[in-house]
Parts: sequence; C-alpha cells; structure tokens
Amino acid sequence: MNSSLAPVIIALAGVALCALDTSVALAQEGRSKSCDSVDVVLLRVPEKVRAKRNPFESDPEAPTAGKKLFGQHCAECHGETADGARRGPSLRAEHVENATPGEIFWIVTNGVVRRGMPAWSKLPEQQRWQIITFLRLSGGMDRTKNGGV
Amino acid sequence: MIGSLLLASDLTQGEVTASNSRVRTTAASGGSKRWFRSTPERTRPSEGTFTAAAFSLACEALFTLFTLGFVSSPSLAQESPYIVTYDHHLEEPGNLEVEYFSTFGTQRGGNDFHAYWIEFEYGATAWWTTEFYLDGQTTFNDSTVVTGFRWENRFRPLRDEHFINPVIYIEYENISEADKIIKEVEGHDVESDHADSNAVLKKDYDHELEFKLILSKDFKGWNFAVNPLATKNLSPSNPWEFGYAAGISRPLALKASATRCTFCRENFIAGVEVYGGLGDTQSFGLHETSHYIAPAFAWNLPSGWTVRLSPGFGLNDNSHRLLLRWGVSREFSGFGEMFRSLLGGRS
Repeated sequence: MNSSLAPVIIALAGVALCALDTSVALAQEGRSKSCDSVDVVLLRVPEKVRAKRNPFESDPEAPTAGKKLFGQHCAECHGETADGARRGPSLRAEHVENATPGEIFWIVTNGVVRRGMPAWSKLPEQQRWQIITFLRLSGGMDRTKNGGV
Repeated sequence: MIGSLLLASDLTQGEVTASNSRVRTTAASGGSKRWFRSTPERTRPSEGTFTAAAFSLACEALFTLFTLGFVSSPSLAQESPYIVTYDHHLEEPGNLEVEYFSTFGTQRGGNDFHAYWIEFEYGATAWWTTEFYLDGQTTFNDSTVVTGFRWENRFRPLRDEHFINPVIYIEYENISEADKIIKEVEGHDVESDHADSNAVLKKDYDHELEFKLILSKDFKGWNFAVNPLATKNLSPSNPWEFGYAAGISRPLALKASATRCTFCRENFIAGVEVYGGLGDTQSFGLHETSHYIAPAFAWNLPSGWTVRLSPGFGLNDNSHRLLLRWGVSREFSGFGEMFRSLLGGRS
C-alpha cells in the first residue's frame, strides 16, 4: 500500500477507536435506563397490535423451538433464564409479565433502538411468536393474559 | 477454512510472481509488445508482492485470532444472502462480525481475476453500524495487489419499523483503479475498465464518498430491498456517479424447528439481487453501463458461521459474463465490552 496513506489510516483508526469507545459508553448508559423505559415503550404500542393473539399458543413444538431461538438471539442480553443480565433487563419484571403477547411482539419487532435493543424484524414473524410462547410457558409473562398454559 | 483460502491466495501469488519473472525474461529477449509494456515496472512486482503477502498474512492472522474465539464468544447470526444489496437490519450493538468474501470474475480482453476483501462490521449502537474493509485481488497471469480500504457507516434514522424502513449509508473509499471486488456498480463502470494490467491500474488511486439510501421492507417472511446510490470522487473535476442495487430474499422455512440442527430449512435463505450503473451527472442513463443479476444463498450455521454463495451474470455486453462470489463470516458478541475493559473502563 502507498506509504503516503499511513497517516490517513492511523487517523481513521484513531477515529474508529474513539467511536467504538463512545458507542460502548452510550450503549451502557442506555442499558442502565432500560428498565425504567419499558413502561414508556409499552405506551407506544398501537391498540390494534396490543390485542393480537399468539397464533402459536397451542402449538406443541413452539415452546421448545422458542427456547432454542431465545438461547440463540435473546439470552446474550437478557440471560439464559430471562432474569436479566448486564446488557438487558429482566423479562420476569412485573411490567413485562403484565404485558399482552401483542405488546411483547411489538417490542421484539421494533426493538427499543434508542435504548440499545435492536429490532428483531429480521426474524420471521413465526419465530418471534415462538419466542413469546416460550417466555409465556417459562413464566416470563402473565399466564392468564395468554390463555393459560 | 479461511486460513486455507488465504494460504491458497499466498501460493497463487507465489506462482504468479515466478510466472511473471519468466514471462518478463522472455519479453526482454524479444517477447510480445504487451509484455514490453510491463517491463518498466520490473522493480515494482517484488514491492507489490511483499505488500500483498503481508496483507494475506495479516488477514490470516486476524481470522485465526477471531475464529479461534480468543476474543469473545461466537453468536448465532441471521444473515441475509445479499452481497451487494443492503437491507435495513443493522449489526446488534456491541457485536463484531468478521467477514471474508471472494469474487471470481471472467474478463474479456484481459485476464480473469480473483478479488477478495476482509470486512469488520461492528454494531456501535442499535441505530449505527460501522464497517472497515481491506481489499485485494489476484489477476491471473499478472500479479496480486492490495487495492485499498473502505470505511462504511449505516444509520437508522427512525425509531420504529415502518411500511418502508430507510437507512442512510455513507462510505469513504481509498482504492486504486485495480480494485475488482465490484461491491457496487456505479456510473459508467464497464468490463473493459478491468482489462489493463495491475501495473497500469494500480497507479491511480481514487478517494471517493459514496452515499446510499437503503429502503427495505419485511413482509410475510420476504425481504425486499432497494438501494439507489450516488458516488463522488473527491477530485473536483469528476462528476457524481449513480447506480442501484435491489434484492428479494426469503428463508426456506419461516417456523423454527424444535431441535438444534445444521441442515434445517430455516437456516437457509435464498434470494436474488440485481445491480448496475446509471451513468453520471454529465450523461445520466443506461448507455455504456453494466448490469448484473445474481441468485444468492446464505446458510446460517448454529455454530455462528454464515456461508454465502452468489453466481452473478452480466446482463449486457458491457458486463463481466460471470462474477462468482462466495464468503464466510462469523459474529462475536460482547466485543465492545471486551474492548472497553481492555482500555481500563468498566465493562
């Protein structure tokens, strides 16, 4: 590579390192407030979505498939048992347990982008519902709101 | 696997260097005019070869480091099959994805080539992904050269999912004319641009800014994405160039199976992408532009690896007949926290 590019590369690397450090700090700040923000996020859920029923609630394979998907995509931040970890809040918290499947589906789909949770719309809708089915059956959400176990 | 690919690249390069020196000796003793043209560059191949070897070794070392999992734990990826087109899904915050891609291209009026790039994609936040690329290529019967670097950033301006989801893409490129990865097609890019020898092409470096508006939609398991693009060479005399990419893809199964499996249908995503140039501000349109259609496949393995394959076919006489692309990538979670703790901050 052209030696005259060295200062440019060093400058870019410096900028990238600063950006990386800043972004981690921003993400951590966002996480520390994330528990408080769940209630606020739930208020944004459209009424139509709030009333959605889980099409997989009577699918016998859904909880097992949902557990696998949760382990692959969610446990990294929310912990293996959904009790929360350094990067994400507990899904056993009261405001999450009281949420309807439609509300949880909306949060999984849209994420809480400004607070560090990515949108999971890249997972097919069926897989997002399978995760919610697993959470319901493992006690992560209020059972009475989801038609029981 | 990556190591083997790069090692193969090193070997090819060694063979090419030997082959070049033989050809140039012949040329000096009365060979063809074509090779006489390359003779003034005789002192440069060893310099270029050294750089290329260092590049390959650096790539190999980085890949070995990451793929052995010394840095952080692998994470299951759900990657789209697109290689040129972008959808609106960004990297998860704090995760690092390390990717290696190859493009084999046929060349009329010149030598076929194998271009490759290594890519580090980092989820800075849930609304900002930043990527750094290093590019190189081997032109058969010619040489191996490092062709430059790119720094790309993608920003998601809207908080929630919408009917169409926009993402803003800004990239700085510092690449030579010898770059052949063809990550995007813009302006009047045509096949004959790549016909000259590396010695000629690598003399000119471009400093470019590239802007894309990524528009993407997920609907019933399908993804639809369109990327209009505009590029400006930072040299004032150059016009703005335009291009496009568009893609459609879908997993082979939408419902996940209950068991952890390698060959489940939901691990495979198939799609097709089209891309091409649209001229520039001085001559906008389709004349003297190249266009491609490329079926694309991705296989997301439970171990965290993703394998992609995409044979691209030129749609007109200005296009390469075949651009066969393949790549492997692996995603690592918690890289940002690890990096911060290395710097002494709280993790």
